[in-house]
Amino acid sequence: MSLILDSIGLRVGEEVVIDDVSLALERGTMNVLLGPTLAGKTTLMRLMAGLDRPTTGRLLLDGKDVTGLPVRRRSVAMVYQQFVNYPSLSVYENIASPLRVARLPKAEIEARVAQAARVLRLENLLQRSPAQLSGGQQQRTAIARALVKRADLVLLDEPLANLDYKLREELREQLPRIFAESNAILVYATTEPTEALLLGGQTATLWQGRVTQHGPTPAVYRRPDNIAAARVFSDPPLNELAVDKRGALIVTEAGRQLPATGMLANLRDGSYRIAFRCDDVTIDAGANGLPGFPGTVSVTELSGSESFVHVDVGIGTWVCLVSGVHDWQPGAAVEVHVDMRRAFAFDAEGALAAAPAMAASA
Amino acid sequence: MARITLDGIAHAYARNPQSPQDYALQPLHHVWEQGKAYALLGPSGCGKTTLLNIISGLVIPSEGRLLFDERDVTRLPTEQRNIAQVFQFPVIYDTMTVAENLAFPLRNRKVRRPQIAARVADIAAMLELTPYLNRRARGLTADAKQKISLGRGLVRSDVSAVLFDEPLTVIDPALKWELRSKLKAVHRALDLLMIYVTHDQTEALTFADRVVVLNEGRAVQIGTPEELFERPEHTFVGYFIGSPGMNLLPAQVAGTRAQVGDCEVQLGAAYPAMPADARIQIGVRPDFVTLAPTRGLKVQVRRVDDLGRKRLAHVSLAGHPMVAMVPDGMATIGAEAFVNLDAAHVLVYRDDVRVEGVAA
Repeated sequence: MSLILDSIGLRVGEEVVIDDVSLALERGTMNVLLGPTLAGKTTLMRLMAGLDRPTTGRLLLDGKDVTGLPVRRRSVAMVYQQFVNYPSLSVYENIASPLRVARLPKAEIEARVAQAARVLRLENLLQRSPAQLSGGQQQRTAIARALVKRADLVLLDEPLANLDYKLREELREQLPRIFAESNAILVYATTEPTEALLLGGQTATLWQGRVTQHGPTPAVYRRPDNIAAARVFSDPPLNELAVDKRGALIVTEAGRQLPATGMLANLRDGSYRIAFRCDDVTIDAGANGLPGFPGTVSVTELSGSESFVHVDVGIGTWVCLVSGVHDWQPGAAVEVHVDMRRAFAFDAEGALAAAPAMAASA
Repeated sequence: MARITLDGIAHAYARNPQSPQDYALQPLHHVWEQGKAYALLGPSGCGKTTLLNIISGLVIPSEGRLLFDERDVTRLPTEQRNIAQVFQFPVIYDTMTVAENLAFPLRNRKVRRPQIAARVADIAAMLELTPYLNRRARGLTADAKQKISLGRGLVRSDVSAVLFDEPLTVIDPALKWELRSKLKAVHRALDLLMIYVTHDQTEALTFADRVVVLNEGRAVQIGTPEELFERPEHTFVGYFIGSPGMNLLPAQVAGTRAQVGDCEVQLGAAYPAMPADARIQIGVRPDFVTLAPTRGLKVQVRRVDDLGRKRLAHVSLAGHPMVAMVPDGMATIGAEAFVNLDAAHVLVYRDDVRVEGVAA
């Protein structure tokens, strides 16, 4: 069983909101839609659900064209950013509500609610009202209601976005286990690369209404096909360096010449953007043999166990990850070292031209 | 210009509080210094908003005194406290230009024109609002409007304090980086006492010189970001700061060793004998626990999370869950493995409060 988006497009007036998206989503797999705000994640989900009708293209469920079929005639469950529960019903009745609408036998309802409550660790809260729950518990109730229906298609639109970060962290770790037993086509929209990686499955990166890459989640992370996918799958932002490859050298915009080592050696001469993530950069590492770029610290962000140092290197700002808590002060002069063996190179069109050796195995 | 003194400030919404649970905010003594930035950090319901409201004058504390320098302001209304506030949502005048919005708090106080112009230009430059100064606020993005709100909060140089109540809530995640760095730069450039309420640890730790970690109405630790990471004084701080939080394992501690089930853990210091009825735990951050194929303390591996730039192993040590870092080179991970703890970073907690050891 599968859901196929065949050249789906959506125009609103003159604006192209969804631009020719083709995807095949399989039953029993987690499909992550990863992209920033306004990339088209929610719109794409609404099209999948039948809440909106695409301007072009077809939607096929098990080979059957369901393009114009309204949502009430489809088997769909949705979980939203906002916690949506019936305030006057108990947690039990909230979870049971779609089953009551479907007029399932009492014993079946009890069995399904009990199973969902176990998976979502709500067993001891079933008699409470939503107002007596924390945000995380409310959202777990909404997820339980979506799963209990056993819909063909379960759509989760940034379900953790409105939770405190600690609750988000805890629920995020539980998600793979929660969905492991589901046999639905699961679609999960998020802005956060870490969430995509934890969920695993397949990831489609979205940028400006287009799917820029689709594949197994770790493979998309380790080997982005194009710079748009790499940017979407990097948090903090991808570090970039515009260069010209000339023989054995790469030359930066500032005229700096560096040896074209590692995977850069095999590039044809021409213009490229070299890109690397925050963990491929070190600060003030001394003589480690990596090319150094002098810069000035603009801010150090502390996540609690990691420090993200933003350094203005004259040709842009790079973010460097340092583990532990280290507060480099704004204005401090530092030297940034880039491990070019772990960098990607994208050509003038943004397509991947060279990837680090380790990406090949992903 | 001011120093803020919290002199036994506490608040209970109900009358005649009996137990600590009756307090939204338990008694707090602290001095906040001019020119420094403080963050009030904690989960929903921890008391951080109550504390902010006491400082702004929306709530009169049921106990204690609030001093701005030597002046008792405990019962003064907000408008007599000489503070500026920035809220979750932009509070600006849509029909005014950006420059007029920024100038408004100064005009209200009859500051002279040339001074207003100079200050507005400075603040606009810091927040990168200069190109928009002559545009009307209406029609600007939510991010730009919130920048104007920040600017209005910062434009007066004579305020006792600037209070920020989760000001980045409405900001697009991708732009939060930028605004955090702006706020930090502004804090360095301006000699103002700033107090920032948030439930987001990155915001608190990035912005503040000192972070007040609150839980269930109690300030469990007031410290620098480094102190909160390296030396959590309370198990809650260990759990709440850092992703994932600190590993906490029930233990028996004697001298320089801790016994966790049938595992013996080496400690970086010597500890005195603990009372038999005390609840003793050792705490060690995942950052200081390394998974290994051989040698170390034996663990069962439950699952490995690949987060891209690092891998975290969820393991079980003597039946207790724990998170360890997986080293880069470790390719295959079986159901059984070993962990090595960095003894210098293994801390001891007695009834959730850190116990100081003696250098061994």
